[in-house]
Amino acid sequence: MGKYLPPKPHQTQKRIRNLIIYTILAIIFIWAFKGVWDRADWSVFNNLAEKFQRVIPSLFSPDWNQLDKVWEKIVETVFIAYAGTLIAAILAVPFGFWAAKNMVKSPIWNTLGKWFLILDRTFPELILAIFFVITVGPGAFAGVLTIGLTAFGMLGKLYAEVIESIDMKVVEAMEANGANKMQILFYAIFPQVLPEFLSFALYRFEIDIRASTILGLVGAGGIGTLIVLSAANRNWEQLGLILLGIIVVVSVIDFASTKIRKRLV
Amino acid sequence: MITFKDLSLVYPNGTPGLKDVNVTVNEGEFVVIVGLSGAGKSTFIRSINRMVNPTEGELYVEDENILDLKGKDLRKLRTKVGMIFQNYNLVNRSSVFKNTISGRLGHTGTLKSIFNLFSKEDKARAYNNLKRVNIEEYIYQRADQLSGGQQQRVSIARVLTQDPKLILADEPVASLDPPTSHQVMQYLKKINTEDNITTIVNLHFIDMAMEYADRIIGMRDGEVVFDGPVSEVSEKTFEQIYNRPIREDDLRGSDTDDGEE
Amino acid sequence: MTEKNKNQKSKSNVHSLYPRKLKLQITWIFIIVLLFYFYSLYETGADFVTLIVDFDKIINALFNKMLPPNWEYISVAIDPLIETIQIAVVATTFSVLICIPASLMAANTIVKNKFIYQTTRTILNILRTIPDILLATIFVSLFGIGIISGILALTIFSLGLLAKLLSETIETIDPRQLEAIRASGGNIIQVIWYGVVPQVLPQFISYGLYVFELNVRASLVLGFVGAGGIGTIIDTELNFLRYQNVMAILIVLLVAVIIIETISNMLRRRVV
Repeated sequence: MGKYLPPKPHQTQKRIRNLIIYTILAIIFIWAFKGVWDRADWSVFNNLAEKFQRVIPSLFSPDWNQLDKVWEKIVETVFIAYAGTLIAAILAVPFGFWAAKNMVKSPIWNTLGKWFLILDRTFPELILAIFFVITVGPGAFAGVLTIGLTAFGMLGKLYAEVIESIDMKVVEAMEANGANKMQILFYAIFPQVLPEFLSFALYRFEIDIRASTILGLVGAGGIGTLIVLSAANRNWEQLGLILLGIIVVVSVIDFASTKIRKRLV
Repeated sequence: MITFKDLSLVYPNGTPGLKDVNVTVNEGEFVVIVGLSGAGKSTFIRSINRMVNPTEGELYVEDENILDLKGKDLRKLRTKVGMIFQNYNLVNRSSVFKNTISGRLGHTGTLKSIFNLFSKEDKARAYNNLKRVNIEEYIYQRADQLSGGQQQRVSIARVLTQDPKLILADEPVASLDPPTSHQVMQYLKKINTEDNITTIVNLHFIDMAMEYADRIIGMRDGEVVFDGPVSEVSEKTFEQIYNRPIREDDLRGSDTDDGEE
Repeated sequence: MTEKNKNQKSKSNVHSLYPRKLKLQITWIFIIVLLFYFYSLYETGADFVTLIVDFDKIINALFNKMLPPNWEYISVAIDPLIETIQIAVVATTFSVLICIPASLMAANTIVKNKFIYQTTRTILNILRTIPDILLATIFVSLFGIGIISGILALTIFSLGLLAKLLSETIETIDPRQLEAIRASGGNIIQVIWYGVVPQVLPQFISYGLYVFELNVRASLVLGFVGAGGIGTIIDTELNFLRYQNVMAILIVLLVAVIIIETISNMLRRRVV
């Protein structure tokens, strides 16, 4: 049909690369959907209305008599998150410096710090929780350690990024002043990074509250145990109360934390 | 033909944009609207394609009162009215060609446009318009790789591709340097004369207004304070419009080279 | 000499560097944070002293119980692992598809109607407060045991997060690029397709990958409440105290997580 348009510039290499990527993606999708299709137990959709009828009304009529029990566990969950996040927020400071390019002269040493934090982040919470339950025994303490360790990896990485973005001119000026390393740390670096450190720690606290709810699955404390129990006992009214309680508590904490973070930065 | 009849506009927050504007723009005219920033030039232009909503009066585009248009009819009006912006408003990450052909969207079905199924005629039209503003060599480049003047030319090509009866240009050269500014204005003028497309341009540079306009409308505080052919305009007229003496920065400066980049 | 003087001077001035009120405030906040901390240590029965003193015993206990991993068990763990990944892929796909209209409705650059905007926001915010375990439990109680419940739970779980991230991105796009398309007569879908999509696509892909990684991790939880995936066998083996089998599963899982995140990072670097 003629040359109403100039030909597109040839980018064969790019096109082949894209084709390969798309093909692989398509294979993955087909593989996953096919697998799920075969594994799925489609009978769950049988008499759905009846099942819904049984569960949903009770779910929305929380059993207030259980409030004490549920509240106690929610509080424990919050405490686990709090204690864990705080430990992590403090421990992550030296590691953040270790993993920050502009603070560590030796690139090998610095990369090592980065890898250490990456390694820590790789472990899913539940795996760490299992380790800790086996070693220190079941209970909330195992949960605190789990949250502490997972939050530590993420905060260390975020801290390092904050430190890498500071204005090094101030540090230079202080060095020229004859200030020693500690003085530089307290007068040039901390004022620049502390608000963001705190902000990230608060953000991580929000995440950790949600994360602490699963610890109970492996006996590491918190509300998780109660969730599984009430479902197993078909106690939907109690589950409804837990749901409501978590929504309220998490919303309040998210709201407060967002407010504080806005003021910090 | 465009007719403003006692048109007023008050923004939702209470600031008045236009006050009792009565203007008729004839077919094929090249009108330049001048005034200080905040005088209502932009509101004037954006009323014509209803990017803002006048609150009182009547506004006729080709004998149709456009103030009541909604949905489909409004979009149909907008296909007839092309608009050029101060900041070019190209989709940065899309190619020059995709940006140009997006001028056809109003004429293309939703489904077709989602799958990029533009007709051969549309594609040819887009390419042709890129040629008209001499930017066809960049056709497959990303828009944000072009200089400001080049981007504005692409946006002219986009507007041409939509086949407008009328072109509105809102401060099209405010972000450009003097030679490029003149180049862009020359393209607009050329299109105006060759295709007989009515063109309304907002400018705050007096010398450019004088050089390209057939007719000048002066605005101050939302009101039209001057309306007449260029031949009647003198420095004094501008002092009246601006309500202050003319200053150095009211001038863009002359066309120092041929404008080729 | 002068430098030294300056230094000393700045040191002696430390006490008046900040206004009294601010210092008092910070001291109070610090005390409260600390008190709360000790209280929560008490509440959770935390015992760092024993942890540090008996560190060698604890490590020994871990090694004795969990090592060596039962390598033969790995063959059993492979199929549940595949199931986990498949669940994560399908759930991510669904949530990516649903989040597109949801996030458009929750972005004030697109939706001018305050009611729609606020309602969508509120629903998404509430969704985001519900932890994955609770969603999984609820879906299992509604639909019964099986991976369908798991997929639904993960879909909803990631939807909240994804829609929030995407709607925030859509709110920060350059509205001028949309204005031009609107001015040329494009309808809302054309504005989105030609104006919004090119601007947010790279971030969108990146978020999708991020949520996929999260889903692989979260699908661990599913098995514990009967919603399929590798968690199922971890739960069983834990209950029978077969820690060496658990260790084998964890190793397989860890390897899979590392591979997935490496690939995902590679893809992300390509698009952004």
